Amino acid sequence: MSLENERRVISVIVMNESSVLARVTSLFAARGYNIASLTVAPIPNSDMSHITIETQGSPRVMEQITKQLHKLIPVYKVIEHEEMVEKEMVLVKFPIAENLSDISALCEVYNGGIVNVGTEMVIAMVADEPCRIRHFIEATDRYNPIEVVRGGVVAIER
Amino acid sequence: MQMSGAQMVCEAIIAEGTKTVFGYPGGAIMHVYDEIYKQNGFEHILTRHEQAAVHAADGYARATGEVGVAMVTSGPGFTNAVTGLATAYMDSIPMVVISGQVPLSLIGTDGFQEIDAVGISRPCTKHNFLVRTLEELPRILKEAFYLARTGRPGPILVDIPKDITVDIGEFVYPAEVNIPTYKPTYRGNRRQIEKAAEAIKKSKKPLLYVGGGAVLSDAYMMVRELAEKTQIPVVETLMSRGVMGAGNPLLLGMLGMHGNYASNMAMSETDLVISLGARFDDRVTGKLSEFAKYADIIHVDIDPANIAKLVDVDYPIVGDIKQVLEDLIPLLEDVNTDRYQAWREILRRYDELHPQSFVDSDKEIKPQWVIERIGELVGEQAIITSDVGQHQMWAAQHYPFDRPRQWINSGGLGTMGFGFPAAIGAKVACPEKTVINITGDGSILMNMQELVTAAEYKTPVINVILNNQFLGMVRQWQSFFYEKRFSETDLTFQPNFKKLAEACGGIGYDVTTKAEFDAALKDAIEKDQVCFMNVAISRFENVLPMVPAGGALFNMMLPQKSENDKGEK
Repeated sequence: MSLENERRVISVIVMNESSVLARVTSLFAARGYNIASLTVAPIPNSDMSHITIETQGSPRVMEQITKQLHKLIPVYKVIEHEEMVEKEMVLVKFPIAENLSDISALCEVYNGGIVNVGTEMVIAMVADEPCRIRHFIEATDRYNPIEVVRGGVVAIER
Repeated sequence: MQMSGAQMVCEAIIAEGTKTVFGYPGGAIMHVYDEIYKQNGFEHILTRHEQAAVHAADGYARATGEVGVAMVTSGPGFTNAVTGLATAYMDSIPMVVISGQVPLSLIGTDGFQEIDAVGISRPCTKHNFLVRTLEELPRILKEAFYLARTGRPGPILVDIPKDITVDIGEFVYPAEVNIPTYKPTYRGNRRQIEKAAEAIKKSKKPLLYVGGGAVLSDAYMMVRELAEKTQIPVVETLMSRGVMGAGNPLLLGMLGMHGNYASNMAMSETDLVISLGARFDDRVTGKLSEFAKYADIIHVDIDPANIAKLVDVDYPIVGDIKQVLEDLIPLLEDVNTDRYQAWREILRRYDELHPQSFVDSDKEIKPQWVIERIGELVGEQAIITSDVGQHQMWAAQHYPFDRPRQWINSGGLGTMGFGFPAAIGAKVACPEKTVINITGDGSILMNMQELVTAAEYKTPVINVILNNQFLGMVRQWQSFFYEKRFSETDLTFQPNFKKLAEACGGIGYDVTTKAEFDAALKDAIEKDQVCFMNVAISRFENVLPMVPAGGALFNMMLPQKSENDKGEK
């Protein structure tokens, strides 16, 4: 991937108040920045929330994104991740008729497993690095997945 | 003390020292208006349109530097205010707009006059609040005023559901604000300032590029001191006219699309741009790759997001201009001003070659003559507001502005209809000044209902309508770039401006000669009554110099030097 359009993950620490997420996302929309994925959750034992945004852009665009986010009044901190551990999760639903032991073995390779079994289908869950999640989804293709639900990236600085 | 939410709003306005509120009542804000009726801590001015209320509060803020306050109702009251918010936002004007909202229980039900005010105003306010409980109302009001005036100033919207204005609760107005996520930087980084001082001393062709931030920060004395101590030439933007003061030999003029020759050439040839509160707007820079091509850039701005947004910056300094200059100027005590002598001489010759000029006429009134004449007759005694278009540029080019806050116009958003209500706000704030709105026959109609407001409250704003029976600036572009196809810009069908003013309780003047203009202006100042001065100007006069949009600053279309001269490019 070229430097001009590099994939970046940023964490935005915000006051946990109403419409704060709308402020962040509408800033991206209004200024033409892209959001590849987004996750939000409250930070335990605080009045803050942690927003993780996966985006891309040139260094100048990234600098502007960071500065514009900082400008929002309820934004406490913006972290442009450099050295990070990042994880993403995915849930995949397979027909019960597929080879369950193959699916189970595949999931194990990707640090996951089967998390639910019904009469018609099984659900597998995997949490791993984003590129490994992509590979996992490709690998499941032959087992005729009924539905794939990907979560956004979460990251923490090392 | 126990009181209603509506009373709290009034108490907060009084506590903030606001003397005048501009507004328009309606269903959702009625409880607040009921309290306004009962109090005598501030005056309320009823404009005839919500947009005008916000522009008037804006004009009040620009003339004084204090926070302007406007009040509107929910739904259409609020949506009418949006243009006013956006205008103030683009020019960083401190303002608090209070809007009514449907009761909490009706929010989200498409109730009568319900609209998502915080959603709509998010991109055109510095911050906004939807009040959800009475308990948080005093804190939110306090924060609104604080946010409006601190850091990079801007408009704040406080949207208050009707039931909260009725509820009774304990009112304690907070003495202090503590927003952990909002800590603007005022003092510039010492190391960066030292580096900038070194760069200034090493440069041969430095240029001070002064923007509206110098006005907002009330830093004009420091800017003048810096320029005079170092003898570095200065260019002003549209928003900073008056900072250096007309006639200051170091002032080259205004730069940009309609900047004068010397200013634009200075920016093209400088080796060090010292930007103070300017934001490298496209109307200033022209083609970015050619802008200040040979220069290093020092950029002082209170908003970090302005720095390196459009151009690469060599010496970024985040801070308030006044405080940064307090630190910078002592480091330049030993600057050798002779060092820039050759540079000043080049620029002086540029200005001699193509001064800011126009060819006057005896047959018709030239708009530039009107501006210069106003300058001669009232000069620094006046506050000049303007609408948007040719008249705005002529005013910016030709008026002898002596001080900041003397020139009030919508620079960033370019809002037609801004000038008249802003002039009302400025006149209310500075009753001792002569307030003149320089406008066009297009712009003035966009808020002409304010004649009634100005007549009722005896705010004698003088509206000088430079009437060329065109939407002149668009017509100019059509002449230059659209082969004279004057699509929808011919305003030959006009109201009778004189009668229009009279019908609303003002005075009207029809002016077709220079002598009539002098007489009318003298009369208008004496009469002390709102007026429309309908000045017939030459129809096809252009604003020059002009840098065509997207062109390099040094490629200017220049004005004629005499009646026979066809002008040059």
